[in-house]
Amino acid sequence: MNGGDDASSSAATSGPPPSLEWRFSQVFGERTAGEEVQEVDIISAIEFDKSGDHLATGDRGGRVVLFERTDTKEHGGSRRDLEETDYAVRHPEFRYKTEFQSHEPEFDYLKSLEIEEKINKIRWCQPANGALFLLCTNDKTIKYWKVQEKKIKRISEMNIDPSKMESSSNPPPQLVANGLPADKAHGYLTKDFSFPPGGIPSLRLPVVTSQDTNLVARCRRVYAHAHDYHINSISNSSDGETFISADDLRVNLWNLEISNQSFNIVDVKPTNMEDLTEVITSAEFHPIHCNMLAYSSSKGSIRLIDMRQSALCDSHTKLFEEPEAPGSRSFFTEIIASISDIKFSKDGRYILSRDYMTLKLWDINMDSGPVASYQVHEHLRPRLCDLYENDSIFDKFECCLSGDGLRVATGSYSNLFRVFGTSPGSTEAATLEASKNPMRRQIQTPARPSRSIGSMTRVVRRGSESPGAEANGNAYDFTTKLLHMAWHPTENSIACAAANSLYMYYA
Amino acid sequence: MSMVDEPLYPIAVLIDELKNDDIQLRLNSIRRLSIIARALGEERTRKELIPFLSENNDDDDEVLLAMAEELGVFIPYVGGVEHAHVLLPPLETLSSVEETCVREKAVDSLCRIGSQMRENDLVDHFIPLAKRLSAGEWFTARVSACGIFHIAYPSASDMVKTELRSIYSQLCQDDMPMVRRAAATNLGKFAATIESAHLKTDIMSMFEDLTQDDQDSVRLLAVEGCAALGKLLEPQDCVTHLLPVIVNFSQDKSWRVRYMVANQLYELCEAVGPEPTRTDLVPAYVRLLRDNEAEVRIAAAGKVTKFCRILNPELAIQHILPCVKELSSDSSQHVRSALASVIMGMAPVLGKDATIEHLLPIFLSLLKDEFPDVRLNIISKLDQVNQVIGIDLLSQSLLPAIVELAEDRHWRVRLAIIEYIPLLASQLGVGFFDDKLGALCMQWLQDKVHSIREAAANNLKRLAEEFGPEWAMQHIVPQVLEMINNPHYLYRMTILLAVSLLAPVMGSEITCSKLLPVVITASKDRVPNIKFNVAKMMQSLIPIVDQSVVEKMIRPCLVELSEDPDVDVRFFANQALQSIDNVMMSS
Repeated sequence: MNGGDDASSSAATSGPPPSLEWRFSQVFGERTAGEEVQEVDIISAIEFDKSGDHLATGDRGGRVVLFERTDTKEHGGSRRDLEETDYAVRHPEFRYKTEFQSHEPEFDYLKSLEIEEKINKIRWCQPANGALFLLCTNDKTIKYWKVQEKKIKRISEMNIDPSKMESSSNPPPQLVANGLPADKAHGYLTKDFSFPPGGIPSLRLPVVTSQDTNLVARCRRVYAHAHDYHINSISNSSDGETFISADDLRVNLWNLEISNQSFNIVDVKPTNMEDLTEVITSAEFHPIHCNMLAYSSSKGSIRLIDMRQSALCDSHTKLFEEPEAPGSRSFFTEIIASISDIKFSKDGRYILSRDYMTLKLWDINMDSGPVASYQVHEHLRPRLCDLYENDSIFDKFECCLSGDGLRVATGSYSNLFRVFGTSPGSTEAATLEASKNPMRRQIQTPARPSRSIGSMTRVVRRGSESPGAEANGNAYDFTTKLLHMAWHPTENSIACAAANSLYMYYA
Repeated sequence: MSMVDEPLYPIAVLIDELKNDDIQLRLNSIRRLSIIARALGEERTRKELIPFLSENNDDDDEVLLAMAEELGVFIPYVGGVEHAHVLLPPLETLSSVEETCVREKAVDSLCRIGSQMRENDLVDHFIPLAKRLSAGEWFTARVSACGIFHIAYPSASDMVKTELRSIYSQLCQDDMPMVRRAAATNLGKFAATIESAHLKTDIMSMFEDLTQDDQDSVRLLAVEGCAALGKLLEPQDCVTHLLPVIVNFSQDKSWRVRYMVANQLYELCEAVGPEPTRTDLVPAYVRLLRDNEAEVRIAAAGKVTKFCRILNPELAIQHILPCVKELSSDSSQHVRSALASVIMGMAPVLGKDATIEHLLPIFLSLLKDEFPDVRLNIISKLDQVNQVIGIDLLSQSLLPAIVELAEDRHWRVRLAIIEYIPLLASQLGVGFFDDKLGALCMQWLQDKVHSIREAAANNLKRLAEEFGPEWAMQHIVPQVLEMINNPHYLYRMTILLAVSLLAPVMGSEITCSKLLPVVITASKDRVPNIKFNVAKMMQSLIPIVDQSVVEKMIRPCLVELSEDPDVDVRFFANQALQSIDNVMMSS
């Protein structure tokens, strides 16, 4: 992110980085022709961990699947492998690691509500001792999972051989069914019983053999009953001990160790629900400053709050809103202004937001308007009525930033996703399809910066050029939408979900 | 595969179950690790059991927690203090696992063992362990390392001491906030073992690092360390090193840090001495009492009394009291509640005149607070004011408020008041009680809420204990017995309960003459619940009354009940009869 003065000078000399050429890397769960997608298999969350060595996906069936990176780990590969990777550009490759059932469908009897098992968000926590930790949430309940390799134990030697015991004509009568000594024998276990000073030589410890390991996922904590509405985001703090969870009206703060208590830090619920005009759509902690967090709203604003100021953070520290262009107001203005996702850049300087039509990049030091906005769905503007009719206008697309902050990406319909360059002067705007041939739909004409509005000369609008076929508005398929995607934290690699398939690309 | 002798089966099973698939059985075995150790003998415990446990580190957290706890008291089973070091390896593994509670227990046990170890063993085994943990790959090990430095440090050579101090200072600057938090938490303990020459240099620079940390969670733990450090430093060093830090903290941007300062500030007053307290700490505290964050005011208000006790009364009246007045009408009910819970303690500090002049109006306004917790907090500490301003003034000004609370809409408030009645009675005396509160006590017996009726019955018993049987005979018993004719059986049950509670206090004579007849009448009640409660009650009366009375009055009644059509009544009647027989047999 060349936002700082120091960075912009270097950008001036070297110019914007060249556009990336995206290549297909991998696909998991690819559909065969004519295969019907099961509802439960549809991916509903994607998240890389901090190191980029692991990737997690959650689906509507409440399952979480973990992938691990293979290309960096094995250094002792054969020479041929090394040579191969030498001329081919090294890029992250992942393999299936394990999966577990995080959430099950539930029924809230008090409110007569069905609670879906669908995973809304996954967040990775600090790993320890080689064990991985994740927070997963559905609409109501957040769970803290630990995934760890465990040795499979096979006991080879014991004091009492179970097989001999059964075959023996005179089985020891003191033992009850579960192996606990019966009352009569308890005498030996009291403190009064005196053992010979050297101990009893015939007793031995069980000998455990077999060093095989398998991965075990255990749910360590369940954070429940703190949300009246559907949880839309969870985010961990940089302090390593707390996280937030946000629903439509409230943001709660938790300590990872304490599951029965949370603190409400934001509450936008009006005393009279009829006065409700705005809901929280997404929330995220600042990546470095543990006291700052941002949340977005259905009215298109982003609020930055400072938890240092007060215990209840109903009043924001900073408000980021784009002033409404005069005369442009229509029935859909408010609907399409709703922000579906926000992400901080890695250094915490910028916030990327996605609304229905655009991606916007905000500098947290500038609250007058976004520093850049990128048209994603401008070509759909004439069709807003249709989109409203079929509810597509309410689709919640996620967005992501590259680790270096030089590019941003977000999804669209027909399993397409778009990547934009953010550095000053960059005209990079690629449209890719989540398939084995991502460049199939790419248009060749570079997107030109569009008219800048008013005095906000810093504002760059790009990407208004719509992909050829879709410009006529016929080939768009609103049922195949690419909502969830994640950018690798250190490399130019994108993971995105097309229905039940996970596609990975690199550049 | 050896077959063991039959008498050893239980212990053999116990050992085998260390590896059972059922976690409950494994837990059971681990909890009895000392028995296993004694069965194996000291040498095999050292050579086989302990290494066996060291490998058992990927068990469930519950098992690991139990193991960490058992190992802490294991020195006798490995052959005494000279072999204590063999216990370190398994605890070292446990102190780096992921689960916080297991690590904490393991660190506890390490400290416990370390404090018993011989000096040269500490040098050979414990100090290297501390170093290994501090250099651990994962933050978990480094977190645990912070907790054992105060054990490792004293026995180290000068060179190693220097090394340990520099390692600890690295821990204070670790990348992981978890490690820095652990370092901040344990800094006070570690500082206490350090020579005063290094205290001012090394420890204070670590402390300064922590106080400037980016993470609020680290800074606020550093505040906690302030008080501990203050006790170690000379007063003038406190003033030069700690005072500026704490004054800065009291104006920190983060309310959580200021909250911690508000909680800790009074502890520092003693460390810095009276003059800096007056010039720096009192203004800081006043700022906190007027903080714009309610949580900070809650913490500050809760320490008002402790702070005033340290100051001289003049300063308290001049600076603190105006703030207290403001807080008594604070917009946050929690602030008022916190103030109400401690403000009574200020009365002895300020003396009678100041209390009447300044505090009494505040008491009264808090007693009329709309929030019940505030009122209750005042009532619960009335005795402290009583000692200062005397009963007359107290009763005049406070009684109306108490009576009002006794009839509060919320039953929890009424319950709390009932629980204070015996205390009030003892403070206010018999005469006062009869006039004002006696009627209330009877009224509660007919409350709509069961918990209140139950508490009311208990209250009567405690009053009888306080004022004696004679008083009770006059002021309680007749009124209570009258109510046995209440048309609703639930109220009659309350009276039975009251009677059974009063009986032991009143003694055998009154019980036989006054209480028992009522109970016997109740045994003819038409509601079975009353009848079996009568049976239960009679059982409790047996030890109180004379045996002849038992035979003459209680037994016939119980016999009749034992033939009741209701199964529960028969059951309890038979139980009571049985206990009569038992008493007869034993006597």
